[in-house]
Amino acid sequence: MARWGMVIDLDRCTGCQACVVTCKAENNVPVVTPREAQRGRLMLWMTVIPEVEGEFPRVRARFTPRPCMQCDHPPCVKVCPVQAMTKSPEGTVSHVFARCIGCRFCVQACPYGVTYFNWQAPTWPKDLREALNPDFAIRPTGVVEMCDFCHHRLQHAREEARADGREVRGEGEYVPACVQACPARALIFGDLDDPNTAASNLAHSPRAFRMLEDLGTSPKVYYLKEG
Amino acid sequence: MQTTHPQAFDGDDVLFAPVLRTGRGFYTAAVFLLAVAAWGAYAYTYQLRYGLGVTGLNRPVAWGFYIVNFVFFIGISHAGTLISAILRLCNAEWRRPITRAAETITVLVLFFGLGSIIIDLGRPDRLFYVMQYGRLQSPLLWDVTSITTYLTASTLYLYLPLIPDLALLRDRARGWRRQLYTAISLGWRGTPEQHRRLERGISVMAVLVIPIAVSVHTVVSWVFSMTLQPMWKSTIFGPYFVTGAIFSGMAALIIAMAAVRRAYHLENYLKPVHFNSLALLLLTMSLLWFYFTFAEHLTAYYGGELAEGAVLFAKVTGPYAPEFWAMVVLNLVIPLAIMANRRTRTVAGIVTASASVLVGMWLERYLIVVPTLANPRLPYARGLYSPTWVEWSITAGAFALFILLYMVFTKLFPIISIWEVREGRERGIQEAYERIESYLPTPTPGTQPSGRVPGVGAAVPSH
Repeated sequence: MARWGMVIDLDRCTGCQACVVTCKAENNVPVVTPREAQRGRLMLWMTVIPEVEGEFPRVRARFTPRPCMQCDHPPCVKVCPVQAMTKSPEGTVSHVFARCIGCRFCVQACPYGVTYFNWQAPTWPKDLREALNPDFAIRPTGVVEMCDFCHHRLQHAREEARADGREVRGEGEYVPACVQACPARALIFGDLDDPNTAASNLAHSPRAFRMLEDLGTSPKVYYLKEG
Repeated sequence: MQTTHPQAFDGDDVLFAPVLRTGRGFYTAAVFLLAVAAWGAYAYTYQLRYGLGVTGLNRPVAWGFYIVNFVFFIGISHAGTLISAILRLCNAEWRRPITRAAETITVLVLFFGLGSIIIDLGRPDRLFYVMQYGRLQSPLLWDVTSITTYLTASTLYLYLPLIPDLALLRDRARGWRRQLYTAISLGWRGTPEQHRRLERGISVMAVLVIPIAVSVHTVVSWVFSMTLQPMWKSTIFGPYFVTGAIFSGMAALIIAMAAVRRAYHLENYLKPVHFNSLALLLLTMSLLWFYFTFAEHLTAYYGGELAEGAVLFAKVTGPYAPEFWAMVVLNLVIPLAIMANRRTRTVAGIVTASASVLVGMWLERYLIVVPTLANPRLPYARGLYSPTWVEWSITAGAFALFILLYMVFTKLFPIISIWEVREGRERGIQEAYERIESYLPTPTPGTQPSGRVPGVGAAVPSH
């Protein structure tokens, strides 16, 4: 069985935020007003964290794309009192919106801060409302939501593979929207257990590290250090 | 005014009085509290309608006043059952007029603890899913389990010693009250066999509720310390929370005692000596609380881990410094100043110290929940939390409703256990005398052991 994972090459990331925009459109993530965003209600399943290091003239900007880390030992799953946060047999962590009671325990438990709560009824400007993705449900007020590696895309890929009587290939057939959108090809996606995929090779590269690795959460998102 | 009362044994009429007669003061207070509670209820319907977005909660501070209230209320609940059970088991004779007032706090406040959690939920309509799809690994499920056990046990523990008093009321009341007391006094006639069974039941419950009470606040602390968040992930959180719970619970008990003492003229029953004994316990808890707080913060400081340091300095010198230092003053400095000095350890002084502790302990809960959330391990989403009118209103409503329910309870049931006070008069003095005698070296042959309390011995029935 595949173990889906992502590798993010920090050397290649240009900070263009195409992944952020694509993710919002793909997953029907609600849009909030600037005022609400100021109050900390912004929702970005995929976000690019900008960091500026050093002092002039030795200034360096660094961009870190941050999806859900898809931990192998996810703290959010353990604490969910209603089993709404789940980890699939393939290792993907996803969230059952229809069961979530909105206690926000997963929000506290996640050390990466990737879970988002729907503080208000979801809204979109008119143009965006007409462009909602029919493949993915919108969420009601009062539940948590988060990146699940575009699980609906995996389901599509699986259906097609099943029609051909085979498993989903470890690479190329199923990619999350952010990976597909990245113009710099900084995001690489595939089966981490298949030694032939680029993702699994890069995850074993000496440049690879994972965020807050010492916490023992074992993320399936690897970063490649800048050279 | 309390020592030479001419009618000291007047059938304890003053204890029945609040139940049988209600004055205007009660209605005035009740209407005011009901108005505050109604305002809180309005705020909650507003929140239900527009979502939790109407609160000041945000990312990263996704838990705020409601969770603070939850921890605080559950803490207050330790006033009753735990203190009363410990005092009962220790045969502390001064417990007699106190236990009922304490146990009532426990039972009533637990509803507000559970209620705070429900108010905090984004989807309270799905609450039943906790039973249906509960995940045993989640500390929230442990909370649900242990709090419902605690509620059941402390309700029983409140009810059992109430039965003889209900029978006393049954014989005095008329109309619907008579029917009510007849039904719930379960045919109590005060036979020796009934007494024996009742006392056995009370002792069993007293032993049972202690571990349950300890487990409750330990589990509450685990909601925080089972996560990986800086300054939450702490091994001493269990005992630290239990200590704080008993500390704040005692303060609440002292205030409740002072209130009923004043409202119902119970000066002859709740004497300065009772307040003094509780004050000494409160003082001990204050020092114990400080010990835990000091240990918790010193280790975070000394280790110097960045994530923990961010939380620590946010508390000590940063945006939460006013609350932090207010907490230290209210929980340690003021209680110590008032209660360590015999001259200021008067009833008024003790009540002042208790009020200070209650505010201080609420701040302590706030400072546990919010600064950690505002300073997560990854420094990208930092934020502050300022509650809106919704949180303030719901919090005020919850406190008002609790006080109101407590008042209503005193109108339905005697807030001082009448039969236990009588028992103290009839049996307690003799038992205490015999107990103290048993501590002393056995008299050498030839001297006559008296077996009686000099002076009052004649009035004590042998058993």
